[in-house]
Parts: sequence; C-alpha cells; structure tokens
Amino acid sequence: MADVKAEVKTEAGKRKRASKKEEVKAPIVKKKVRPSREKYFAKYDEKKKALANGTLKKIPSKKPKQNLLSGTATWKVVYKSGTWRFVHKPTENKLLSKAAATAKAEGKPLVITPKKKSIIVKPIKGEKNGGTREVHTVKRKAYYATMKTPKKHRSRGLFKNHKRNTRSSLTPGTVVILLTGIHKGKRAVLLKTLDTGLLLITGPFILNSIPLRRVHQGHVIATKTKLDISSVQIPEEVDDKYFKRILLKKKPKKGDSSKILFVQKNKTYRPTEKRKSDQKLVDKQILDILKKHPDRKTFLMYLASTFGLKSNQYPHRMQF
Amino acid sequence: MPFKRFVETGRVVYVVEGPYKGKICCIVDCIDQKTVLVDGPESGVPRSKMRISQIHLTKFKVNFPYNGSTRTVRQAWIKSDLSNLWIKSRWAEKAANREKRASLGDFERFKLKRARRIRNKIRTNVYQALFNKTYCPKKKVVKKPKEEVKAE
Repeated sequence: MADVKAEVKTEAGKRKRASKKEEVKAPIVKKKVRPSREKYFAKYDEKKKALANGTLKKIPSKKPKQNLLSGTATWKVVYKSGTWRFVHKPTENKLLSKAAATAKAEGKPLVITPKKKSIIVKPIKGEKNGGTREVHTVKRKAYYATMKTPKKHRSRGLFKNHKRNTRSSLTPGTVVILLTGIHKGKRAVLLKTLDTGLLLITGPFILNSIPLRRVHQGHVIATKTKLDISSVQIPEEVDDKYFKRILLKKKPKKGDSSKILFVQKNKTYRPTEKRKSDQKLVDKQILDILKKHPDRKTFLMYLASTFGLKSNQYPHRMQF
Repeated sequence: MPFKRFVETGRVVYVVEGPYKGKICCIVDCIDQKTVLVDGPESGVPRSKMRISQIHLTKFKVNFPYNGSTRTVRQAWIKSDLSNLWIKSRWAEKAANREKRASLGDFERFKLKRARRIRNKIRTNVYQALFNKTYCPKKKVVKKPKEEVKAE
C-alpha cells in the first residue's frame, strides 16, 4: 500500500517509503482498514495481481520526476497568470552550451561577455581611510522614507487602438431605432460592428431610404426583434475606410484668382457606382430573408414606418 | 354608503409597491395604525409586516383566526379557493393585461397598433352603415357583409 503513495520520488519521500516498507513487511497480519477505504485497496490489489500476471503492463512515465523544491533543480517558482507555477530555469552551463552550439552553427567564435558587476571595490590611498571603497556601477534610486513615490499610470495607448465594446443587445440582425441624424426615428437592420466600434446598418434602402451606413451605438435603440442574417454576405470592402469622407471641392490657392472669379456650382454628394451595387447586393439578401418572415407584410411596414412616442409613453419605462 | 372593505384579519390584499408588487396576500394581524402583518403562503409573499399604503384592499376575505400561523393561513386559502377566485376577478384580469401591455416589444406594439387600426375601421364602417340606415334612409348605402360585424 505504501508503494502507491510513495510514487513521488522526492528525497524525503524515499526516506519515508523505506521506513514504511519495513514496517509493513515485518507484521504479516493485514492492517485493519476503514470500510470506506476497502474498495480502494481492493482495486489496488487487483491491479497488483494483474501486473504480476502480465495482463496489465505498466506504462513507464516519460520523464523522471524532479524534486522541484530542491535547490539543485533547474526550476524556479514564479507567480504567473494568477497562480504560482514551476518555470524552467536554465542553468548557467546550459546557457553557455547553448550559446556555443549556436555560435558553432553560425561559424562564429563564441564571445562570452562577462557579467557587469554592480559593485566595484576601489582602493583608497592614504592612511586611516579604510583602504578600499565600494563604487556602485549603476546609480541607485534615491530613497527618502517620507517621500511619496509617484504612481505609475497605465498608459491606454492611442484612441484608435482602444478596445471597443458593443452592447450585448446589439447583435447582427437586430432591428434598431435611430435616434440622431437625418434618419432619426427610422428603423434599420444592424449588419455588423466594424473595427472602430461603429455599427454597420442598412434600411433596407428600398423600404426607408437608409443606405449602408455607420452609426454609433449610443445613437441607437436596440429592439427585441431580430432577424437571422447569418446567411447574408457583406462585401469585404465595406469597412471603416469604405465610408471615409471624400472632399467635394478643393480650396483655391491664394494667388490663383481666376477660379474665384467664376461662380462655382456647389457639388453635392453622389454615391459611387460601387456603393450603389453594394447596396443592392446587401438589400436583396435582407429582403429575401424578410419575405420568409411569418409576419412578412407587417414587418415590411414596420421597417418602413418611423418610431414615435405617445403622450402616455415614457421610453425609460418601455421595452423595445 | 357604509364601508365594506376593512383592514382586518383575513382580508385579502393586493400589493402595489415593493418587491412583492402585483401579488396578493392576507392580513394576519394589525401591528399599528399604519402597518399590518401579512402572509401569502400560496402567492409567494412571506409573512412580514407591510405598510397599509403599500396595499390595496380587495373584496375577498379568507376565514382564519386572528394571528393564525402560516399553516392555518394556507389551509384557509386553499379551502376558500382564493387563488382561483383572484385569477377570475376583473381586477386580476386588468392587472395581467397591464403587465402584458408593458412587456410588449417595439415590433409587437406596431402590430397591435395596426390591428387596432383595422378593427376600428371595420367598426366605424358598420356604425356608419347602421347610422345611415336608420337616420338617412333615403340615401343609398352600400351594405357591408355580415361577417365584419362578427369580427368586431
């Protein structure tokens, strides 16, 4: 019985194991066992017999176990990702051999840079000066017990690199009520969230003239109604760059007076052909899904209609 | 008109405020002028004190002795079939409807609006037809089919 427990090959364990073996061997009478442990021991006996018969083969463990806590071990205990772990610590010899091997492979001579000493002992001339003095190679930090150490602030990085979170209620396919902009009050379908955290929506355009558009999640009410738009394929080009604003007119140069003389027509925004085709492609897929909806007719009317509050309705008390 | 509903043991009460809002329970004992000991073993209201302002009195009353234990309250509750009586009452019906209406989503609200619009249209048509028939019989009126009356 003791054999099982003493499988861990620690030095201390070995000693214990040896002492226990002697104890067990000496008295032939079996030790009394708790009834709750009987099953466990029976199982073990069976296993032992099977091993003796040769029906069961012992699987040799791949690596010899190390005493991780002993000083000679090439391991160290390190606090890593929430728990204390044993981490491999290469010895100095090993590091050297590794460096030598790489140097050999590269065909370069092995250069060993000696460790920089943190303290150098220098002699002092003159009598009664103690003979030597210690010089720190690296200047130590000033320490005043009463001084408050400045706190380190965690840098959050650039705004564009911040992590974006969208509300859990805003999943692809949710019908969304727009609250700001020219399309305010209209209902649209959420397609996905873009890298900048903005939502990509579409009317569809035929129903309520909302094109493929980005909206901030703060300017939107998410409703319970959801469409399964997993089958919808949005063109890959549609990302944040796709919606970048194009300057309509350039400012005339200072010396160039000829352009100012003529009254220029105000250019207005016109969607490109590419945008139009993308719009059609996405809207067609969504309309196909809408047509399969059990409340098809009402749903189409719903998306075409605008949201409004009655006199006795309070948005904070309502459910969407 | 004399009062008919009193704050008394056995009076069934509708909770309007607090965590047990919308549930009914029985008054077991009066603690003082403002508070009352209340128990609702079958409705999920634990035996506790409650302000009378949190409570609305119903027409129902359950018979059990004053200061009765939860067990006796439950027995009396089941014996009088209070849960069923409450559900059937107009008050409970209205409360349930109110809750249902509050829990409607945006799309459901839209559907309701549309259904009401259709219903009202049918109703006004029928009304107009009847009105014309009785008060302006000279005019020729297109009769609406009878089915629509049923749909009302």
